[in-house]
Amino acid sequence: MTWFSKPRSLFTASAVGLALTFGALSPAQAQDEPRELLNSSYDIARELFAAVNPKFIDWWQAQHDETVSVKQSHGGSSTQARSIMQGLRADVVTFNQVTDVNVLADAGLVAEDWQDRYPNNASPYYSTTAFLVRKGNPKQIENWDDLARDDVSLVFPNPKTSGNGRYTYLAAWGYADQAFDGDEAKIEDYMSTFLGNVEVFDTGGRGATTTFVERGIGDVLITFESEVNNIRNEYGKDDYEVVVPPVSILAEFPVAVVDEYAERNGNEDLAKGYLDYLYTEEAQRLLAGFNYRVNDEKVAEEFSDRFPETELLRVEDVFGSWPEAMETHFASGGELDQLQRR
Amino acid sequence: MIAHALTWRRERRVLPGFGLSLGISLTFVSLILLLPLTSLVGQLSQLSWSQYWFLITDPRLLASYGVTLFGAAVAALFNAAFGLLMAWILVRYEFPGKRLVDALMDLPFALPTAVAGITLATLYSSNGWIGRLLEPLGISISYTWIGIALAMAFTSIPFVVRTVQPVLEDLPAEVDEAAMTLGASDSHAFRRVILPYLWPALVTGTGLAFVRSLGEFGAVIFIAGGKPYETEITSLMIFVKLQEYDYAGASAVASIVLATSLALLLAINLWQGRFIKRLHGGRG
Repeated sequence: MTWFSKPRSLFTASAVGLALTFGALSPAQAQDEPRELLNSSYDIARELFAAVNPKFIDWWQAQHDETVSVKQSHGGSSTQARSIMQGLRADVVTFNQVTDVNVLADAGLVAEDWQDRYPNNASPYYSTTAFLVRKGNPKQIENWDDLARDDVSLVFPNPKTSGNGRYTYLAAWGYADQAFDGDEAKIEDYMSTFLGNVEVFDTGGRGATTTFVERGIGDVLITFESEVNNIRNEYGKDDYEVVVPPVSILAEFPVAVVDEYAERNGNEDLAKGYLDYLYTEEAQRLLAGFNYRVNDEKVAEEFSDRFPETELLRVEDVFGSWPEAMETHFASGGELDQLQRR
Repeated sequence: MIAHALTWRRERRVLPGFGLSLGISLTFVSLILLLPLTSLVGQLSQLSWSQYWFLITDPRLLASYGVTLFGAAVAALFNAAFGLLMAWILVRYEFPGKRLVDALMDLPFALPTAVAGITLATLYSSNGWIGRLLEPLGISISYTWIGIALAMAFTSIPFVVRTVQPVLEDLPAEVDEAAMTLGASDSHAFRRVILPYLWPALVTGTGLAFVRSLGEFGAVIFIAGGKPYETEITSLMIFVKLQEYDYAGASAVASIVLATSLALLLAINLWQGRFIKRLHGGRG
């Protein structure tokens, strides 16, 4: 006879089961659990935050004598913003798109004035758009005008699906705006040749990297400067060269506390502390190590050889504001759609 | 009383009461099928008819319909031929490793579609194992419509094999032998005896494969290239709309894919009903 055929042992088993369940839920044990912060971030920041979080935990421990833990969630930053609006209770966001934080602000989850709450438009680090070319730079790519030549083929992620691709588009436009002194017809002409040279449009930055490196497609990969340098380290310094054009776009990596959820999770101070930490010298040095440009003067000086001097255009200066840039260029039927129409 | 008890006994099934089982089934149908569909309709209701029409007739979107339909059609036809052959071999022949091949046929269902897409793109790109051989012949597969059809064919092949296989198992080899003793040639026996018998299953399988291909995203996206007007599939356009937080637009495009699929499935069902009636000598 097996144990479960006896009604009495079945009863005992369920009583034990119940006891265990309630035991696990008892408040006494819940208090021993360390507080947990959820950081919702963009796709290619996995390695970065895997390095930052343990340091932050030590820093918080030293300051507040409290052990905390930090959980990460990664994905395309628009997808992340959408999950948060649909109820993913993230305490902080560290995105690569100002617009995606704006979406959260519009939904009332993030404060309206989030860009004023932390230095440098709430962007603890920044980057720009740069080129990766094959060994010896056989096509002699130096600047944006080279990318519109007949004999050059390009790979960068789809501006429609990727923030990374959007920066590339805006950088090219910004260059053309300068080069042609705002002559709309000439800019559009340049842009449509530039877009026509794209061999493959992947949906995200890492996909474009794979296409360029693994499949051997294209003469130039256009992506974040931080990413370009990481790829070169990853796939061999001898096979690729990095070209930072003399003029490019300022890519901000905005951070914000998701007030609504941080409050509910009882993590307000922790969330603020996490973002403050990103501005400390220690964190800035870590960030620079991942090839992001930082504002901390001392750290910037230390790493100056990694980041060539280049003119960085601000989206606000060239396009008015992010919402305007989105509306004019990327919305359905906008400039990008017009340029790709044939 | 007795009659009632008798009926009750006759109606007794393995599963408990009709009321309960229907209730549970309907609850789950509502939760996992109808509710999501309702929210789709809910999103759509934010649009006026003219907005809807404007959205779904966007030239770039029209081009994507073409790419998707063409890819799915090529994939479905390829699968019809290859799937039939595969089912035939699996049913009619004994060979070492047959069980393994049989199990492999379900692999496309088990493998994450994104993995399939990346693998195919790697193999068939101009520096991949297979793509490298085709490159000198001027054939490129990855990032062209052939790649799209290939990925679609990969993910939908089990539909054809698994619908044709059981029907073929029911058709004893004696039938084609009988046809031949009656003087039919090989091709004649195939066309007039075997094919009509398999036809409904083959059409259903091919139809399902086609419908599945229309909505495929994961596998296709890595090999499609995503060039506007050339290699953009409709599900990518839905993804693009979602990235723009344009839920209504995404729902509008999704509704087109859904309507096409439903219409096709319904047509296959109706046609099959009539076909089976005709096969059994019924009128109409």
